[in-house]
Amino acid sequence: MVTYIIRRLIWSVVMLSIVSIITFAIFFLVPRLAGATSEDMAARYVGRTASAEQVKVAAEKLGFNDPLIVQYGRFAKGIVAGADYDYGPGVERCPAPCFGYSFLTRLPVWPDLLDRLPVTISLALGAAVIWVIAGVATGVLSALKRGSFFDRAAMSIALAGVSMPIFFTGMVSLVLFSYGLKITVAGGTYTPFLTNPATWAYDLLLPWITLAFLYAAGYARLTRAGMLETMNEDYIRTARAKGLRERTVVVKHGLRGALTPILTIFGLDLGLLLGGAVLTESTYSLPGIGKYAIDAIGRQDLPQVMGVTLVAAFFVVVANLVVDLLYAVVDPRVRLV
Amino acid sequence: MSFLELKDLQVHFPTDDGLVKSVDGLSFALERGKTLGIVGESGSGKSVTSLGILGLHKGGRAKLGGEIWLDGEELVGASAEHVRTLRGKKMAMIFQDPLSAMHPFYTVGSQIIEAYRIHNDVSKKVARKHAIDMLGRVGIPQPDRRVDSYPHEFSGGMRQRAMIAMALSCDPELLIADEPTTALDVTVQAQILDLMRDLQRDFNAALIIITHDLGVVAELADDILVMYGGKCIEYGTAEDIFERPEHPYTWGLLGSMPRLDRDRTERLLPIKGSPPSLINVPAGCAFHPRCTFEDRTGGKASTEVPQLVETEGGHLVRCHLPRDTRRSIWETEIKPSLEAS
Amino acid sequence: MSEPLLSVEGLEKHFPVTKGLLQRQVAAVKAVDGISFDVVKGETLGLVGESGCGKTTTGRLITRLIEPTGGKIRFEGNDITHMSQGRMRPLRRDVQMIFQDPYSSLNPRHTVGAIVGAPFRIQGIKTEHGTKKAVQDILELVGLNPEHYNRYPHEFSGGQRQRIGIARTLALKPKLIIADEPVSALDVSIQAQVVNLLEDLQSELDLTYLVIAHDLSVVRHISDRVAVMYLGKIVELADRKSLYESPMHPYTNALLSAVPIPDPKGRAQRERIRLQGDVPSPLNPPPACRFHTRCWKAQEICKTIEPPLETLATGHQVACHFPENAPATPEPAATTA
Ligand SMILES: Nc1ncnc2c1ncn2[C@@H]1O[C@H](COP(=O)(O)OP(=O)(O)OP(=O)(O)O)[C@@H](O)[C@H]1O
Ligand SMILES: Nc1ncnc2c1ncn2[C@@H]1O[C@H](COP(=O)(O)OP(=O)(O)O)[C@@H](O)[C@H]1O
Ligand code: SF4
Ligand code: SF4
Ligand SMILES: [Mg+2]
Ligand SMILES: [Mg+2]
Repeated sequence: MVTYIIRRLIWSVVMLSIVSIITFAIFFLVPRLAGATSEDMAARYVGRTASAEQVKVAAEKLGFNDPLIVQYGRFAKGIVAGADYDYGPGVERCPAPCFGYSFLTRLPVWPDLLDRLPVTISLALGAAVIWVIAGVATGVLSALKRGSFFDRAAMSIALAGVSMPIFFTGMVSLVLFSYGLKITVAGGTYTPFLTNPATWAYDLLLPWITLAFLYAAGYARLTRAGMLETMNEDYIRTARAKGLRERTVVVKHGLRGALTPILTIFGLDLGLLLGGAVLTESTYSLPGIGKYAIDAIGRQDLPQVMGVTLVAAFFVVVANLVVDLLYAVVDPRVRLV
Repeated sequence: MSFLELKDLQVHFPTDDGLVKSVDGLSFALERGKTLGIVGESGSGKSVTSLGILGLHKGGRAKLGGEIWLDGEELVGASAEHVRTLRGKKMAMIFQDPLSAMHPFYTVGSQIIEAYRIHNDVSKKVARKHAIDMLGRVGIPQPDRRVDSYPHEFSGGMRQRAMIAMALSCDPELLIADEPTTALDVTVQAQILDLMRDLQRDFNAALIIITHDLGVVAELADDILVMYGGKCIEYGTAEDIFERPEHPYTWGLLGSMPRLDRDRTERLLPIKGSPPSLINVPAGCAFHPRCTFEDRTGGKASTEVPQLVETEGGHLVRCHLPRDTRRSIWETEIKPSLEAS
Repeated sequence: MSEPLLSVEGLEKHFPVTKGLLQRQVAAVKAVDGISFDVVKGETLGLVGESGCGKTTTGRLITRLIEPTGGKIRFEGNDITHMSQGRMRPLRRDVQMIFQDPYSSLNPRHTVGAIVGAPFRIQGIKTEHGTKKAVQDILELVGLNPEHYNRYPHEFSGGQRQRIGIARTLALKPKLIIADEPVSALDVSIQAQVVNLLEDLQSELDLTYLVIAHDLSVVRHISDRVAVMYLGKIVELADRKSLYESPMHPYTNALLSAVPIPDPKGRAQRERIRLQGDVPSPLNPPPACRFHTRCWKAQEICKTIEPPLETLATGHQVACHFPENAPATPEPAATTA
């Protein structure tokens, strides 16, 4: 078990390094291959108004003339120890972990991301609670009442939910809940949880519902399929033969048996979302990581985009690790070796 | 009235292909402390019968008919909730494949504890102690440690022992074992059969043992019921069935079986064809397409369903052949060919 | 005795168990651990033993579906132990295998004609009146209706499917058929049909069988000689009559006495030997005599010196220090080398 965790941790670090290499390659190697000179690269850092001479100096000082491997080494070192960006006129300090320094905003990327993380986490976790409860409950009921009106209606809605784009469901729920029923705000505002939990939840309700609907649909289908399978298992018959109440049979024996794949998908979904619920955040203009990424792309702020990419990759890798460990907790037959 | 009595039990399943008559008019009686063996090939309705007695078809698609009397109570017409309270306590069941019959995610102990606490209002601690006692009683070594193992950590034989411990945890008066040793090796099978025999004596329960292995019923059963196509075709004491069987299907089963206790180099005497589909049970005697003696019943076999009639002292047979013909066929044709060596 | 068709000498198969970061081999499952026997042309050798004792592995080794870790396999005098797949090809015609499960061993998407005819195509064999005629002849031979040439496996019952499986192995007129539990998935009445079929085919086509089974009654019925396996070793090998009537190895005695006898009158008097516990794990088999942990006759010597497989009576080999029913030998223990 311990060796397994250590092995997985090492593996995770390897994965992250690979991701960083790929990211680095995309942002530094690909432009070069496309014909950009080191001056072109440096120009983005010093601004359009700088003279050709200034750009040349900056290119030298920022190290764009060094071999790529050295550049990558510097980039990787920055993540661990922080970096100084000397672009000629001045030196900018980017403390560890330095995921890049934006010369557009003149700010390191990491503190920016830290600021936005709570929004994304609030959005993802809140939505997750809703979709797990709603999705799993719907799936269980559908499976038990297979073929009934409820089952068919729920599965049609779920099919629609899985296939509709989020900005569409977003618009629909906006119209429905916010303008029509007036029970939620239209979005765009975020109140930190610690400031006022009630407002926090109120502000996020609409994005939660939108996001949760998309995922709940998938979870309902997954749960239904899983329950249909487990409820036919021999151990369910045993549970009934013991004289257990049907509710206990369904929840304690049936659902427990169907839980493993749900848990796996859940971990991965959550990991992906924590790296930024891009569409939801931009639909509701929530200042989260996803919105940050979209904005950065729009401004062509490469260091920011790179930083976001790395952080998102981090969440996915960690989520994978957690899922694999949980797997062994949920299913005692899984041996971690 | 006997402790358990089935009267004309019917379990039919409507399916897309037609009505499956899995059990079609089954009657028998069983006393406490006695063992009934039900034998038959796969698909003859053995499992459906046992699940029917336990009321596990209730709420499903199955259509039930007839009566099941357990200790003076009728169960077919009783509410599902009432039958549930009897399950596990008054009647319990052991299944064929102990690996798939236990929940893979819970420890063996917790599954026994659960069974005990449904019917006994005791603390977890007391129930755990009971579970350890039961595991010890069915012969699991170091029960206080093994109680926390998961089913996959047990061997096949230990799992079946644990299943038995679970079934017996509430001291049931009726125990149904559906192919309890089919998935096990012979040496382990022998251990489990010994265990069931001993436990039955201790608990004085009524035991129904369902199997396709004539050897297993011969070891355990007082009475034997042979099923074919959802019906009882012969019923009698173990001696009746093995010494003086009167139904052609029973003869066929005996002739098909290679025997360990006889060195026989002659051929086996199989039954031709294969068991019928229960959707289209052959008209008349369900066995007639496979029966060697069909032509001796003057065409009745394919038109008229034979009745289950007593031939002598509780020995029942469902066949159109006259009693004397049956007996002489057995004595002069079948028995000698089984014993030839 | 005539020249054996198949001769196996010290055959071994150890499956590696690996562990840790580098997948080091930490142990081995000794599935088959040094077994030797001959199969003479025209005879049936039965191989019995409890689940996991290595019967199937032995069968798969002989057909070269898996590579042996040690020992020799000779077929018609040729060493085929490490023969390359290419050179094995003509031999594949001579040695065929019948599998236990008639449900999973036939491809559900192929017709009976395609399944039974496949060996002709794979081996590139031309037949006199075309493959179809040849296949129909075989179908008739195994008691299937030749008209069923174009049907699919799911349209057949278990017994019929097993017949299809047998037909497939017969296609190329093999010399040796290895049947792994050919009847254990079938109903009693069908089992008898298939046993009779195997016997008829043997005399008609002059076949040699190695029949693997756990059912001692079936083996008694079908075999000329019988080998009893325990934890990867052969513990007793004798002709049918002496093995069943005067078994020498304690394990064989225990096995035979465990079989339920369909004779209710005799059940009270029958003398029984009951083994305690289960078969130990082949990962860590007991030293010396592997049966000593369950043997009621075990002495000190059984735990230290492995009893060799020795001929104690004509054609009767036993591996035990204290055999039962042994013809008077002075000091059994003294015979150990
Ligand atoms: N590929 C494999 N890797 C590791 N161990 C294996 C492998 N195949 C078989 N074994 C082990 O080798 C031993 C012998 O297996 P084998 O399948 O030969 O048993 P068997 O005698 O045919 O049993 P059964 O009666 O259950 O079919 C078992 O302990 C099994 O777990
Ligand atoms: N839920 C069900 N729906 C339809 N048919 C069923 C159902 N359960 C059992 N059957 C059919 O009833 C027959 C008897 O089954 P079963 O009692 O399990 O046989 P066995 O004697 O092998 O235990 C079989 O033909 C089976 O296919
Ligand atoms: S009634 Fe006729 S067909 Fe049926 S078992 Fe008797 S003899 Fe055979
Ligand atoms: S060698 Fe000893 S332990 Fe092994 S079978 Fe013989 S008597 Fe028993
Ligand atoms: Mg059954
Ligand atoms: Mg096998």
